[in-house]
Amino acid sequence: MSAEIIHARTPAELSLANAFDGSKARLPGNAAVAKWREDSFKIFSASGLPHRRVEAWHYTDLRALMRDALPVATPPDAMAIDALRKNFAAADAPGQRLVLADGFFVPELSGGLPAGIKVRSLASVLSEGRSDLIALLSSQDLAAGDSMVALNAALMQDGVVIEVAPGTVVEKPLNLIHATASQISSAHFSRSALIVGAGASIRLAEWGHAANRAGTVQASQANACLIVSLGDGARLAHTAMVTGTAANSVRLETMMARIGAGAKFDSFALVSGIGLVRRQIFLRFEGDGSQASLSGVSLLGGREHADTTLQVEHAAQGCMGRETFKYILDEEATGVFQGKIHVAPGAQKTDGKMLCKAVLLSDMAAMNNKPELEIFADDVACGHGATCGGLDIDQLFYLQTRGLPLPEAEALLLEAFASELIGGIGHAGLIHDFSGKVKAWLSSRHSWRIPDRSQA
Amino acid sequence: MLEVNNLNVSVNGRKLLDDLDLTVRDGEVAALMGPNGSGKSTLSHVIAGRKDYTVETGDILLNGESLLNLEPDVRAAKGLFLAFQYPIEIPGVATLTFLKAALNAQRKRRGQEELSTPDFMKRVKTSAGKLKISQDMLRRALNVGFSGGEKKRMDILQMALLEPSFAILDETDSGLDIDALRIVAEGVNALRAPGRGFLVITHYQRLLDYVVPDTVHVMAQGRIVRSGGKELAVELEKNGYSDYNAEPAVA
Ligand SMILES: Nc1ncnc2c1ncn2[C@@H]1O[C@H](COP(=O)(O)OP(=O)(O)OP(=O)(O)O)[C@@H](O)[C@H]1O
Ligand SMILES: [Mg+2]
Repeated sequence: MSAEIIHARTPAELSLANAFDGSKARLPGNAAVAKWREDSFKIFSASGLPHRRVEAWHYTDLRALMRDALPVATPPDAMAIDALRKNFAAADAPGQRLVLADGFFVPELSGGLPAGIKVRSLASVLSEGRSDLIALLSSQDLAAGDSMVALNAALMQDGVVIEVAPGTVVEKPLNLIHATASQISSAHFSRSALIVGAGASIRLAEWGHAANRAGTVQASQANACLIVSLGDGARLAHTAMVTGTAANSVRLETMMARIGAGAKFDSFALVSGIGLVRRQIFLRFEGDGSQASLSGVSLLGGREHADTTLQVEHAAQGCMGRETFKYILDEEATGVFQGKIHVAPGAQKTDGKMLCKAVLLSDMAAMNNKPELEIFADDVACGHGATCGGLDIDQLFYLQTRGLPLPEAEALLLEAFASELIGGIGHAGLIHDFSGKVKAWLSSRHSWRIPDRSQA
Repeated sequence: MLEVNNLNVSVNGRKLLDDLDLTVRDGEVAALMGPNGSGKSTLSHVIAGRKDYTVETGDILLNGESLLNLEPDVRAAKGLFLAFQYPIEIPGVATLTFLKAALNAQRKRRGQEELSTPDFMKRVKTSAGKLKISQDMLRRALNVGFSGGEKKRMDILQMALLEPSFAILDETDSGLDIDALRIVAEGVNALRAPGRGFLVITHYQRLLDYVVPDTVHVMAQGRIVRSGGKELAVELEKNGYSDYNAEPAVA
């Protein structure tokens, strides 16, 4: 591909450039961080917003889909924080929690942290300049060349840095809540890190929370990075409820995870009710004998667009990777799944399996599927599979002959399809929450879309 | 009462049912026999409301009401039940969850109240016990990994719970061991009632020894070619279908 393609900047790209010039003097961090931001912005502006000719973004043409960039958010004021506090109280939000409002860490709303877990805001870490943390935060080699990750580094405003001391074992989930607080539509750039020490075991549950003072949901453009480091023998169970943003929102989430030896990492995400979402997961097995399972369910309707892009690098021996993603696509929704398993030379005994299953409920819905295997070791077991189609008509007919109206028969089959992965979360409370979301989505789909046939 | 009148059915221009007439009265058990591919399952699917078939002419009436424009679930609510020749596996849906959803959907359509969970469990346990269906099977996903005979018994359990006014059993006996055949036959006989009709599709006299039919119909090439009493089944067992299999003479 020619590197010389010069394009006119889009309005979104121009406003991002202005945002960087106007705010770089105020963005947190010491001189080294400021330099890193400058370099990162150069990387971003060299390629601009990714578009369909950038292979990794072929199916999510951000340049076309995001014509304008929203103004960068300011830290939430006292009123916004107070409104969120009331909101959480009313919603019975979990106690053991960390809150990011428009990407800014809000200590007043956070708390209940168990011993062995240390949390600081990204802004303070960047200003302190502790070299090991800065090195971790800025090591983007896993996502090298991704212009949106570079843009995140240039504009990151805040986030949380969570350090779990070696050997710490916490059963109850640590909740990380991404709240939309602003009264006006805005862009958020956050970067967080989770460092799980050797032998430690924790559960991180990420939630979206999108209701502001007026009770309405503003469209937002969020670009969030989460950097995960799992020490030897560490365990991390991660869930993300990526739901409930306003229709025109854009949400980019990038996880960059490094897995030590003998570690175990499970991650599950539910994506639903978002305008455009792209989740990127870059994972590297760096120590032998580890396991990772990445999974997710996307429930999409309207013109929603959800992209899951994975890159799983086996750079150590005897690691097991399982990537399983399911999509239910209704109306004019678009699903994208891109998964790459890369097995480095010498990563023998790698066991990698990737699977994507999509159910299309409408002729206007579309699924784009791109699995890739890059294998440079000879003693490995790797594979991928994909299915895409409508619900099984024999199954629907059987259920209907037993008296279930078509919408109920469909809901039963779809719930079974989506629930398979939810069972794997392994935490009763979270399973309950995720199953509830799936049920709610299925019943809302039927209440307003499929005519009642009981009069038939 | 089920009435099939002058039914012509095709798929992609190929005729599968040809001027078919069949009546089964309330309280009657009618056996339907006939060579492989003669259209028995097609008939059962068309009666149950499968959409892949084109009904060209004719009508199907249940208790005097035409079924043709009704969805399969509405037909079920009106009292129709089909035990499938090949019951379908439904991964991820626990059998109990399904049974409860089916039973309550039909009750809702019939204007009855939903069953409470204890009431429902009591009914399931009673019927399952009679059919030797274990609690473990009820907790598993519907029909998934069930043996052929277990699937057939599960269909009969559904029939017992749904209490249809007309039931079609499509080769429910095939794949059953001798004990299971007797258990299933007892299940069917227990449901025999003056207001309930059965169409029992089978290849073998053996089932008809247990579920003694009032009438026997022979189907070949998409039409009923002979009807008689229970002795007709005995005759077929002896002579086979050679008398009926020939292509119809070209006029
Ligand atoms: N959907 C369909 N499309 C095309 N052909 C079909 C379809 N359904 C049935 N047929 C054909 O119709 C004929 C009758 O099939 P059917 O299953 O009704 O036979 P049957 O009498 O039940 O046979 P068996 O005793 O083997 O169960 C067969 O030749 C079959 O291949
Ligand atoms: Mg058949």
